[in-house]
Amino acid sequence: MRNDATLEYDYSIAKLFLYSTMAFGFIGMLIGVVLAFQLAFPDLNYIAGEYSIFGRLRPLHTNGVIYGFTLSGIWAAWYYLGQRVLKITYYQHPFLKFIGYLHFWLYIVLLVLAVVSLFAGLTQSKEYAELIWPLDLLVVVVWVLWGISMFGSMGVRREKTIYISLWYFIATFTAIAVLYIFNNLAIPTYLVSGVGSIWHSISMFSGSNDAMIQWWWGHNAVAFVFTSGIIGIIYYFLPKESGQPIFSYKLTLFSFWSLMFVYIWAGGHHVIYSTVPDWVQTLGSVFSVILILPSWGTAINMLLTMRGQWHQLKESPLIKFLVLASTFYMLATLEGPIQAIKSVNALAHFTDWIIGHVHDGVLGWVGFTIIAACYHMLPRMYKREIYSRKIMDIQFWIMTIGIVLYFSSMWISGITQGMMWRDVDQYGNLTYQFIDTVRVLFPYYVIRGIGGLMYLIGFILFIYNVVMTITAAKELERESNYASPMAA
Amino acid sequence: MFSWLEKNPFFFTVAFLVVFSIAGLVELLPDFIKSSRPIEGLRPYTVLETAGRQIYINEGCYNCHSQLIRPFQAETDRYGAYSLSGEYAYDRPFLWGSKRTGPDLHRVGDSRTTDWHENHMWEPTSVVPDSIMPAYHHLFKKDADFDTAYAEAYTQKVVFGVPYDTQGGVSLGNIEDAKKAYMQEAGEIVNNMKNQKIKDAFEKGEVKEIVALIAYLNSLGQSRMTK
Repeated sequence: MRNDATLEYDYSIAKLFLYSTMAFGFIGMLIGVVLAFQLAFPDLNYIAGEYSIFGRLRPLHTNGVIYGFTLSGIWAAWYYLGQRVLKITYYQHPFLKFIGYLHFWLYIVLLVLAVVSLFAGLTQSKEYAELIWPLDLLVVVVWVLWGISMFGSMGVRREKTIYISLWYFIATFTAIAVLYIFNNLAIPTYLVSGVGSIWHSISMFSGSNDAMIQWWWGHNAVAFVFTSGIIGIIYYFLPKESGQPIFSYKLTLFSFWSLMFVYIWAGGHHVIYSTVPDWVQTLGSVFSVILILPSWGTAINMLLTMRGQWHQLKESPLIKFLVLASTFYMLATLEGPIQAIKSVNALAHFTDWIIGHVHDGVLGWVGFTIIAACYHMLPRMYKREIYSRKIMDIQFWIMTIGIVLYFSSMWISGITQGMMWRDVDQYGNLTYQFIDTVRVLFPYYVIRGIGGLMYLIGFILFIYNVVMTITAAKELERESNYASPMAA
Repeated sequence: MFSWLEKNPFFFTVAFLVVFSIAGLVELLPDFIKSSRPIEGLRPYTVLETAGRQIYINEGCYNCHSQLIRPFQAETDRYGAYSLSGEYAYDRPFLWGSKRTGPDLHRVGDSRTTDWHENHMWEPTSVVPDSIMPAYHHLFKKDADFDTAYAEAYTQKVVFGVPYDTQGGVSLGNIEDAKKAYMQEAGEIVNNMKNQKIKDAFEKGEVKEIVALIAYLNSLGQSRMTK
């Protein structure tokens, strides 16, 4: 291992992923807002003919946010921090740089094809695995390219120890590879019969087995994209931005390995009171509760990193984003296990409460962490200070209020739904017809839509701030060690 | 204790895989070895129903409607007998859904008629005032995809051994036989519909998507049990 004096890092690939983070974040959230208002005002289903009906748009929203926004954010962070924690630079490794570019452009091709095919109604209908089989193959190629980039970079590293962020990225890479392939095993019907659509395939698994393997995937897409990928990000950016060392190495170790062991077991909580075997449901329920420990381990490790430094909350909007992200992570990882308790699940499953749960995680934890990471990277990638701290502050508050409106309306809506479905009168007859439960939810759907809209407005402010930073902000002479420089 | 792992990405990844795989092996393998068996008397989907099921999937109906009746009294009172694993043996993929914006559909064929579905898909609020379901006019214009549905049924039969062409069961045969059965079955649905354009199109040998979708919805329930 050599020791060079200073390294000039190459941010060209990280910048590309920063752009796609903004683009897909905007598109994914915009579609989300449209969907939210469609539930309150059904006429919005027809704004673009058959292509804008809820059932077609919803997979675009979920795929856009999971694979467009979140993965872009994770990869922007990887191509930025990977070089730094491994002490390499792509200037010295043209092969890794080429792989990075190929990774980005194939990924963009994939996402464009995904959007077109989902609009056309080409889907295999498994949630978060809707893409048709030829695109699944392209997903594998894109994923392998990330693997080559990651393990290739580690192969030429100058730093002996692999930093914590990369533990989590390795976990994301490996777990998603395994889960994605198994869940998407399917047989293209054209290849068997020689007639019909070439795009059509049927799952290798049927019925209850298919459901089990789907939720083993569906739950763990949350585990290894929304959780371990994002933890990887925050473990780098929170200490860097605050200038504080991570609170505890032992707690890090504990929460990493136990999260990796426990998370997969919890997939069974999606099929409680379904037709899969009881013991699977029980394991899913029990392990979901155990999951609080490693999740809170990480969150507490983040929050205690700020011990004695809470004044930074006042001084830096960036720290506010990161600390509130950890707090939302605690909220979401307490709420999830509560919903996985069998008696609560009996009420909550199939209701809006689940939608609320997903969104306090994604909007609060995932969105805020990625936004903060982008803000931290900006001054260092473009050698300019962040354009406006005031916009950051406004953005932070407007988004936070949006999230609160979102999850509180969905809590009320979901619990109302669940209670009304099960309600019986004194003779034991059902009190309500299904449509009664739809009617009462109208105000909550409007509030949710407004919450989502506020978050989207915050995101537009973010995009504006980023663009102005790149084009108009004051240039910096040298990189600051921590606390991103920002204008007033 | 683990610090040597953090200096070796290869062994780190192996260690991760071991820790990560345990749950999958314990939870998934036992049930896969005992592959999902159909309940007695369950027949596979006809080609027309398969075409309808594909439309149900393409339009994303599963985003708002579940097909899983949970074992609670409120659910069985509202939707019918609770779902059994063996009822899904021919479902590839499963369509349980994860959110009920509308009611469960697992036994909707027992409670709704062709006529009702026709009105509901054309103008939901005409049969359910205050419904927030969108209208599906385009299903009344486009033709159902017979070829792909046949391909799916054929694949179910040859790859997965789904019992088509059994005594008293659903016959598939070659593509011409299947087309004949498909048209006959569609004819029965069309007879029960009011829309003149659908009837005219059928006279010309066209089966619209709505016809196939209704056939599928009607199959959800007792009509999939052979007597």
